[in-house]
Amino acid sequence: MSLPNSLSSLQPSNPAKPPGLLARLHLDLPLLTGLVLLCGYGLLVLYSAADQDLDQVRRQGLRLGLAFLAMFVVAQVPPGHLRRWSPWLFGVSVLMLLAVILFGEVGKGAQRWLDLGIFRFQPSELAKLTVPMMVAWYFAENPMPPTLPRALIGSGLTIVPVLLIAKQPDLGTALLVACAGIFVLFLAGISWRWILSLGVVISALTPLIWYLMRPYQRQRVLTFLDPERDPLGAGYHIIQSKIAVGSGGIYGKGWLNGTQSHLEFLPERTTDFIFAVLAEELGLTGVILLLGIYLFIITRGLFIATQAQDAFSRLLGGALTLVFSVYLIVNVGMVTGILPVVGVPLPLVSYGGTSLVTILAGFGILMSLHTHRKLLPT
Amino acid sequence: MLQFAIRDHLRESRLFLGRTIVAGSFVLLLVLALCLRLADLQVLQHEHFSTRSLDNRVKLQPLAPTRGLIYDRNGVLLAQNLPSYSLEITPEAVKDLAWTIEELNKIIPIDDIDLTRFERLKQQRRRFDKIPIRVRLSEEEVARFAVHRHRFPGVDIEAKLLRSYPLAEKTAHVLGYVGRINEDELQRIDTSNYSATSHIGKNGVEKAYEGILHGEVGLQQVEVNAQGRVLRILESRAPVPGNDLRLFLDIGLQEEATAALGDYNGAVVAIDPGTGGVLALVSKPGFDPNLFVEGINTADYTALKESPDKPLFNRALRGQYPPGSTIKPFMALAGLEANVLNAEQTKYCPGFYQLPGHTHKYRDWKRGGHGPMDMVDAITQSCDVYFYDLARTLGIDGMQRFLSRFGFGRRTGVDLTGELGGLLPSREWKRAQRNMPWFPGETLIAGIGQGYFLTTPLQLASATATLAARGKRVRPRVVRSVIFADAEQPTTSGGESLQPPEVGDRTWQQVVAAMVNVVEGTRGTAKRIRSDDYTIAGKTGTAQVFTVKQDEKYDEENIDEKMRDHALFVAFAPVEEPRIAVGVVVENGGHGSSVAAPIAKRVMDRYLLGAK
Repeated sequence: MSLPNSLSSLQPSNPAKPPGLLARLHLDLPLLTGLVLLCGYGLLVLYSAADQDLDQVRRQGLRLGLAFLAMFVVAQVPPGHLRRWSPWLFGVSVLMLLAVILFGEVGKGAQRWLDLGIFRFQPSELAKLTVPMMVAWYFAENPMPPTLPRALIGSGLTIVPVLLIAKQPDLGTALLVACAGIFVLFLAGISWRWILSLGVVISALTPLIWYLMRPYQRQRVLTFLDPERDPLGAGYHIIQSKIAVGSGGIYGKGWLNGTQSHLEFLPERTTDFIFAVLAEELGLTGVILLLGIYLFIITRGLFIATQAQDAFSRLLGGALTLVFSVYLIVNVGMVTGILPVVGVPLPLVSYGGTSLVTILAGFGILMSLHTHRKLLPT
Repeated sequence: MLQFAIRDHLRESRLFLGRTIVAGSFVLLLVLALCLRLADLQVLQHEHFSTRSLDNRVKLQPLAPTRGLIYDRNGVLLAQNLPSYSLEITPEAVKDLAWTIEELNKIIPIDDIDLTRFERLKQQRRRFDKIPIRVRLSEEEVARFAVHRHRFPGVDIEAKLLRSYPLAEKTAHVLGYVGRINEDELQRIDTSNYSATSHIGKNGVEKAYEGILHGEVGLQQVEVNAQGRVLRILESRAPVPGNDLRLFLDIGLQEEATAALGDYNGAVVAIDPGTGGVLALVSKPGFDPNLFVEGINTADYTALKESPDKPLFNRALRGQYPPGSTIKPFMALAGLEANVLNAEQTKYCPGFYQLPGHTHKYRDWKRGGHGPMDMVDAITQSCDVYFYDLARTLGIDGMQRFLSRFGFGRRTGVDLTGELGGLLPSREWKRAQRNMPWFPGETLIAGIGQGYFLTTPLQLASATATLAARGKRVRPRVVRSVIFADAEQPTTSGGESLQPPEVGDRTWQQVVAAMVNVVEGTRGTAKRIRSDDYTIAGKTGTAQVFTVKQDEKYDEENIDEKMRDHALFVAFAPVEEPRIAVGVVVENGGHGSSVAAPIAKRVMDRYLLGAK
């Protein structure tokens, strides 16, 4: 079915000025610059956090290369294709999440992996992209803001995969996927009154959530509320992390000179707590620089979303960017002890490959949205 | 289709832009909140976290001081610190632990006890800690391992200083020994000064002079990682070693006294009357104090504990024996000073004594009696009847008052721990302790050093030293001086002058003359030890057994032998200028004259004439 919308009457603008090389490759220069800066900065911190183990840095570099490749590939896909594939991709991810529950591999006490023969795959990562795509696709079918029944169905489309992921259990990813869905709802313009009532309902459900939590998850929350209650056990992470951050001061102890990290007081220092290594060695200065790069990327992402020409692109672009900022806020909040310890990495900096691909593929979508626009005459 | 037609794209764009601005502002707000939090941690609380970071990585490690050495009066080493070698494994550094232990066993024997201990320690300690697999390696084993060392990465020889007593049982009852600090001691000691110390003096000189021998703990600041592994030393303050001690003890004399006791159990104490210095202090049998240093095993301990000879019992300090006739010179002093005795006046000894109005006969040791006795005769021949009469005249309280001036019935206060005070009976004592009245007959028995009367060998030697010095009374002491790096300083504890018994010169002369006659006189009970080189004043004694109170568990068969009398002898020499006073108690030795006196003679010969 062809849509009789105004886009059909468009003609290419500025025919005199041919698009640049990056545009032809469907890459966005500001976004790419921000991402490359961030990843380079991250590798420097990782080199120190991994006790100058070049092998580890090389492995991470390789993963980043693959992830950038994924970004590039995704950027070539026009948004229209993405939109059409959304329901199918969503269906596949839900099926795979079910498969994980049924025959998934167990690693570190949780069932997250699916062995596909050639490689192991984490379907929850895929859900981070397909859930906002699905909800955006669903809302974009009709004018904004969505009606209440449509908003409820949109919520339902989010909740099903979130519950499947939470059951693995993987609280961090469940949280991020839930956020992705919620952001689409929010950006689609559901009324403030509903948002408020939703908040009330969630607060009312808190005891139920507490009841559903696994003992170790409850322990995390309790420890978060008072880390000193278990200084050698669960609270140890938070206490040591705060010591690392606080002892960094304004200028830090110097790159490669962090005592908390190199003397192994800091747990998970290459992965979830890598921010503490940075804060210890490079101080508030280095932290501000990092947050600056993040803010630049987020701003650019949101800008791209506002420039999008159809509802699906806007909703998806906005939601993906906001999810990226959730990563940042939750991780830094956790490391500085103002949020509970949930397994959310510092995006594009923490060591480990699974989230890298999803995040950069997300940015690939953003680039695709931006570079496939048909420009309106001014 | 209609739906699409009425779709207001501009409105949707505006709505989206509005929401994006709200969301973007919210993100910005949260990032600013994070910045505030970071500023709070990194600027406002920076000092606090800096300190905690430093506390994390910098640890204070105590360094044990080296324990002071102990020398005898001539500089012979009695207690030292010897390196003890152990074979230690660092589990982390060893690839195949089972193979390593098996191969080690081919070079250095490792038994099941070693393995059990190793497994137990391995559970308790960290993987990078060294764990002993064999202790107390011989020099040869150390050398053998050194040759094969390259085959065993992660296996090392470790040396530490262990207390060692080269003369073993000969000095055990004087020096005591050190052992691992136990719970009780942990309550008493300054834990910071002992933070690196594993051993503490358990008795003897080691315990009494613990404060001087121990030294001061040193400290080093080290950088550690989260597992506590030391990465480097940042700063250190060396420990101050304990000070060395020089004793009054003459180890040659100590060995001579030990040898002189032969197969008998007993005690010999020799004191220098001028200084109160203990020249020899022997309690036989002794035990090997080295067994206790690293913790004695159960079999050895049971053997020592259950032995009927009671080797762990310090007879010189804690053995309480009736003084028997050795008390007679002191009784004579009491009578003369109280003016109830005339030295020249004779009393007739029919071989027994009766209290007026009583029919009970108190026997003299000599059945037929000694006949007429003056004071010198009575001491020379050890006439009991003479002293029965004197005791009755003095009364038990008179005796108690006078004899206590020589230190009987009270601890001497020697600078060793665990001394007992003996028992000098009195009416008051009997009423308080036994809730019974004093019977006149008990006064007579006490007058010849029997009955309730108990003394320790140290008390006998100390009282004899006072007699030798004609009333100059000095508290006996074992340690002569503390040796500092550049000087030697006499110890202040012990050695101080005590309240003298205040006896007139003439009285001393009369009693000392009588004691000389015990050795020199033709009828003297100790005439066989007469010396041509110097003059001895002495007094024999025989104590009826009563034995040591702790001896309740003795076998039936042993009782007969154990019921034999204890032989005692006290003496000093040379009479004119006494340099040594000796107290000898030979358990179940029979008679003082035949058994105890020759032992005292050998000790005095050795001290006054030197080694033969």
